[in-house]
Amino acid sequence: MSNFTKTFSSSLGKKLVMALTGIFLCTFLVVHLVGNLQLFKDDGGQAFNAYAYFMTNFGPIKIVSYLLYASIIIHAVYALLLTAGNKKARPVAYAVQKGSQNSPWTSRNMGILGTILLVFIVVHMGDFWWKYHNAELPYAKYEISLEDPSIINVSEVAYSDKLLVHSEVVDVQAGKRIVVSKDLYKVVNNAFQTWWYVLLYVVAMAALSFHLIHGFKSAFQTIGWDNSKLVPIIRFLGVWVFGVLIPLAFAAMPIYFFFK
Amino acid sequence: MSNNMNLTLKVWRQKNAEAKGELVSYQADHVSPDMSFLEMLDVVNEGLIKKGDDPIHFDHDCREGICGSCSLHINGRPHGPKQGITTCQLHMRSFNDKDTIVIEPWRAEGFPVIKDLATDRSSFDRIQRAGGFISVNTGGAPDANVIPIPKVIADEAFNSATCIGCGACVAACKNASAMLFVSAKVSQLALLPQGQPERSRRVQAMVAQMDAEGFGSCTNTGACEAECPKEISITNIARMNRDYFSAKLFKSEE
Amino acid sequence: MKLDAKIPQGPLAEKWSKHKFNLKLVNPANKRKYTVIVVGTGLAGASAAASLAELGYNVKAFCFQDSPRRAHSIAAQGGINGAKNYQNDGDSIYRLFYDTIKGGDYRAREANVYRLAEVSVNIIDQCVAQGVPFAREYGGLLDNRSFGGSQVSRTFYARGQTGQQLLLGAYSALNRQINLGKVTMYTRHEMMDVVTVDGEAKGIVTRDLINGAIETHAAHAVLLCTGGYGNVFYLSTNAMGCNVTAAWKAHKRGAYFANPCFTQIHPTCIPVTGDHQSKLTLMSESLRNDGRVWAPKTKELAEKLRKGEIKVTDLKEDDRDYFLERKYPAFGNLVPRDVASRNAKEIVDEGRGVGTSGIAVYLDFAESIARLGEDAVRAKYGNLFDMYQQITDENPYKQPMRIYPAVHYTMGGLWVDYNLQTTVKGLYALGEANFSDHGANRLGASALMQGLADGYFVIPYTVGDYLATVAPKPVDTSHPAFEETKKVVVERINKLLSLKGNKTVSEYHRELGHIMWEYCGMARTEEGLKKAKGLIQELKSDFWKNAIVTGVNEEFNQNLENAGRVADFLELGELMIDDALDRKESCGGHFRLESQTPEGEALRDDENYAYTAAWEFKGENQPEGLHKEELVFENVKLTQRSYK
Ligand SMILES: Cc1cc2nc3c(=O)[nH]c(=O)nc-3n(C[C@H](O)[C@H](O)[C@H](O)COP(=O)(O)OP(=O)(O)OC[C@H]3O[C@@H](n4cnc5c(N)ncnc54)[C@H](O)[C@@H]3O)c2cc1C
Ligand code: HEM
Ligand code: SF4
Ligand code: FES
Repeated sequence: MSNFTKTFSSSLGKKLVMALTGIFLCTFLVVHLVGNLQLFKDDGGQAFNAYAYFMTNFGPIKIVSYLLYASIIIHAVYALLLTAGNKKARPVAYAVQKGSQNSPWTSRNMGILGTILLVFIVVHMGDFWWKYHNAELPYAKYEISLEDPSIINVSEVAYSDKLLVHSEVVDVQAGKRIVVSKDLYKVVNNAFQTWWYVLLYVVAMAALSFHLIHGFKSAFQTIGWDNSKLVPIIRFLGVWVFGVLIPLAFAAMPIYFFFK
Repeated sequence: MSNNMNLTLKVWRQKNAEAKGELVSYQADHVSPDMSFLEMLDVVNEGLIKKGDDPIHFDHDCREGICGSCSLHINGRPHGPKQGITTCQLHMRSFNDKDTIVIEPWRAEGFPVIKDLATDRSSFDRIQRAGGFISVNTGGAPDANVIPIPKVIADEAFNSATCIGCGACVAACKNASAMLFVSAKVSQLALLPQGQPERSRRVQAMVAQMDAEGFGSCTNTGACEAECPKEISITNIARMNRDYFSAKLFKSEE
Repeated sequence: MKLDAKIPQGPLAEKWSKHKFNLKLVNPANKRKYTVIVVGTGLAGASAAASLAELGYNVKAFCFQDSPRRAHSIAAQGGINGAKNYQNDGDSIYRLFYDTIKGGDYRAREANVYRLAEVSVNIIDQCVAQGVPFAREYGGLLDNRSFGGSQVSRTFYARGQTGQQLLLGAYSALNRQINLGKVTMYTRHEMMDVVTVDGEAKGIVTRDLINGAIETHAAHAVLLCTGGYGNVFYLSTNAMGCNVTAAWKAHKRGAYFANPCFTQIHPTCIPVTGDHQSKLTLMSESLRNDGRVWAPKTKELAEKLRKGEIKVTDLKEDDRDYFLERKYPAFGNLVPRDVASRNAKEIVDEGRGVGTSGIAVYLDFAESIARLGEDAVRAKYGNLFDMYQQITDENPYKQPMRIYPAVHYTMGGLWVDYNLQTTVKGLYALGEANFSDHGANRLGASALMQGLADGYFVIPYTVGDYLATVAPKPVDTSHPAFEETKKVVVERINKLLSLKGNKTVSEYHRELGHIMWEYCGMARTEEGLKKAKGLIQELKSDFWKNAIVTGVNEEFNQNLENAGRVADFLELGELMIDDALDRKESCGGHFRLESQTPEGEALRDDENYAYTAAWEFKGENQPEGLHKEELVFENVKLTQRSYK
């Protein structure tokens, strides 16, 4: 085995993989959130659909997205490997073990939290990502006033395999910009009308919160970033940004649509 | 004394490494709060011996918290309910009359049970042997004051060096990971100027041996640090990770 | 046999250098053809095993703990002396030599002690090179503290755990050699006997403590580094496993036992609380740098304190007797251990003791805390204070500690010559197991020094002198002596296992301890010692009838282990009494009430007792033979020790 492969098959190496993929997923979350904030725009989904198109068709972003899929898979596979190895490291369990007195709950349940996340990711990608790529979605037509872009007229266009995923024409005479795009916004909107679906999202975001309250700082500990000046910042980001803000913002979306 | 206690013990009894073990109940009566936990067990054992029964076996030697021999998992926690002490320093005043106390051995693949509460921790020795030293022969040392070492560094190295090799970190960890122990040992020498020449070789060899012994992977739960009788910090783990990755990924092979 | 200490001729300061030159050398290519057994992996054993392996010898090392790192050297708190004179306060090799000889009450060999002082400087260098984290000053250089019995600061320390740090250093050197295949390490192995062939040591018999296997091991030389026998007193600051078995078995195979009655009672230990007590905890001597020892001025006050009618903090300055400062103005609280201990005993005997039992005096930090601040005191002694509070449930920052002397160290041990060889050829004794350097009383911080001196810097030279006379032929255990010795071991184990009486081994041990403490402890009398001898003999014969030993040999059997050790202690106890009876003078830790100055200090008798008593085993239940090694003092003048 070369030194390189040996590194990643060692216990520390596996952890490094977890940490790096984990941090990468965290950065993706930020990007994903910023994009998804478009959902809150009262424009009939125009900005959101435009963003969805951009994310799936812009070259460099596409490469990043493959990296992302790979990261999720690698993160999950290594999580499984590590968890299996850790189970083997204690073949006989304690009759009594009071983990609660020496470690936070989140840190002891990363596997379960991660599994919830994985289930969620599969459902989530199936419902939105797969549909967006493969299903025969209806299109939305946005007629946006050139004078005042906040005046938008939305209408539905039936699916046709001749339509481009996204097209844009400016009709100067009519004073309008006409945008036709696959209407992922509608899919989202429809999906979030079902209570249990909303609940699934909220639960998953709770899991995300707990996963990251521990995971974010843990990743930096794993790569050995424990500079005394950085640690407080990492802890703050881990708890307040990744543990609270981001999951709350994501969870707000289904709730918003449900009650809209 | 009037404030003596009566306790129920549930103790792991296992004849030898191959035998199946079980929790067995014993009554410990008239226990003085001034007794140490091990002295309480001594008394129970005296009773067993008088009946011709096999006494409860457990490792112990110095009984003052420094040799690292004693190693009991008491009511779900290594070295019992108090922080910063070993089992031999635990006193019965930390318990109450009529308590039930469950006593188990360290549980880990790397620490197989030998008998009852005694486990085989020679894995720690093997990890140390793999690289936990500075290669200096007797006689060849320069004057001790030739290399000044800033006090902060010396103190930090000292903090790492206080590890007594008890294994409570492994016992506490849900993954039975030995990272706290190994990182404390690696850190002590990595911090000191004397340890620099072998720094990269040392960390790689010790981690490789740690893995070979079947310890789990660290998930940074911090249980080790919370249960370590010498309060060794998990900063050591971060430091070791850093050293290991830089040795593996950025240093040419030695 | 006439004792020959093999002390080299010539001026004191040149003896060791000259001797090293005169010692025979083993050809480097031949070293790997020799096997040396090292029993014990404390400071003495680990340093010896590592150093010999570095030279090229094959080493087999043994310890009864589960790891070499757990030898009882680990427990030393205070520090290690080194005549470095880093503090520029007038220290020198000669001063360390002088302090040690004087501290030992002139009952040690000049040549040995001088060598010890000489190599002390190399020890510090060696340890630092290994990465031992000694305390440092802000400038980055090594810090020192002062210790009892000396007026210079020469003690190197690592917070309150110097022993652990030094042992981890030696252990790392040992580990390196194990890793290189030069040392084979046998843990959880107890040495049960020495195998001698034609009067020379050729191997040992061991018991594997996990499965009871009785094994024989052959070698060209055997080193015993098995520590002290303080546990003969049952309660001591030693670890539970400390024992005399290895040394005692060697004694029975022809090695003389020297000065067995010289035991050190350490003045500052946490007092006994009850019958359940299994061991005593030392509060480092370094505490006497800042703590003041006192007792209530009158019996009446002490009585009230014991009954809880008044609190210690209620006592005014006028009601306190800082007895060490009062009696020894020059050294004050830093008088040597024997003096401090004896004075505490006197106070208790006068009825001025404190604590519920009345068997304790105070060690008070109030003045230091007022002068330096609580934080400074915490930085210096925090871990000791915590340890005290953990055990006693009292806060020493708020009220004085209660302390009382406890058995701590044994100056006596196997007799060795200047080369550390016992009276059995090829059998060496190092560290606390030998008697060599501390005379009748050991100064603080000098046992660690001696263990490492023996292992790192003496034995690597002297063992070669013997090996060079032995053919470098491979060794094996085929000689019938191995089988015979093994048989003796097995028979004894079977005899122990056949004991199915009604008294536990620990009960015998506790009783033996009481006898030793009462009659052979801090003060000894002819009458008491004679009584004790009878009591021990009775106890011993009762042991072999009524003790209970459970289980079988072929298992992990701690009860059996303990039984073997206590049986040996019972024999040793009697020899200690004999030795104490023989020495009618007071010296160091051996205080005969019949021999004191008008002020009640120990009165030596140099005319009649300036010798080392070396005892020869003459057969079971036979009186032992006394051999005297006269001590010759060419450099220091024998004076009555005075710390006033
Ligand atoms: C609490 C305490 C504090 C002390 N503080 C200081 C101090 O501050 N400064 C100082 O200089 N000295 C101090 N001392 C004294 C000093 O620590 C010891 O004298 C010294 O460490 C002894 O070292 P050693 O190598 O001779 O023996 P030990 O360290 O006792 O080692 C004995 C070894 O022999 C092995 N062994 C014993 N019997 C057998 C057997 N039958 N078979 C196989 N193996 C066996 C053991 O396993 C162990 O490895 C202190 C002692 C105590 C008890
Ligand atoms: C959005 C998705 C996810 C993100 C952002 C994320 C992030 C992280 C981070 C940052 C860590 C810390 C790494 C470390 O401790 O070094 C981590 C650990 C972990 N993750 Fe995830 N993760 C995600 C999804 C998952 C999934 C789907 C699983 C399960 C299959 C999972 C299982 C785990 C486990 C078990 C750990 C702990 C492993 C360890 O600390 O060694 N994670 N994750
Ligand atoms: S790190 Fe702490 S818990 Fe682990 S072996 Fe060392 S002293 Fe024991
Ligand atoms: S017995 Fe030595 S640490 Fe507990």
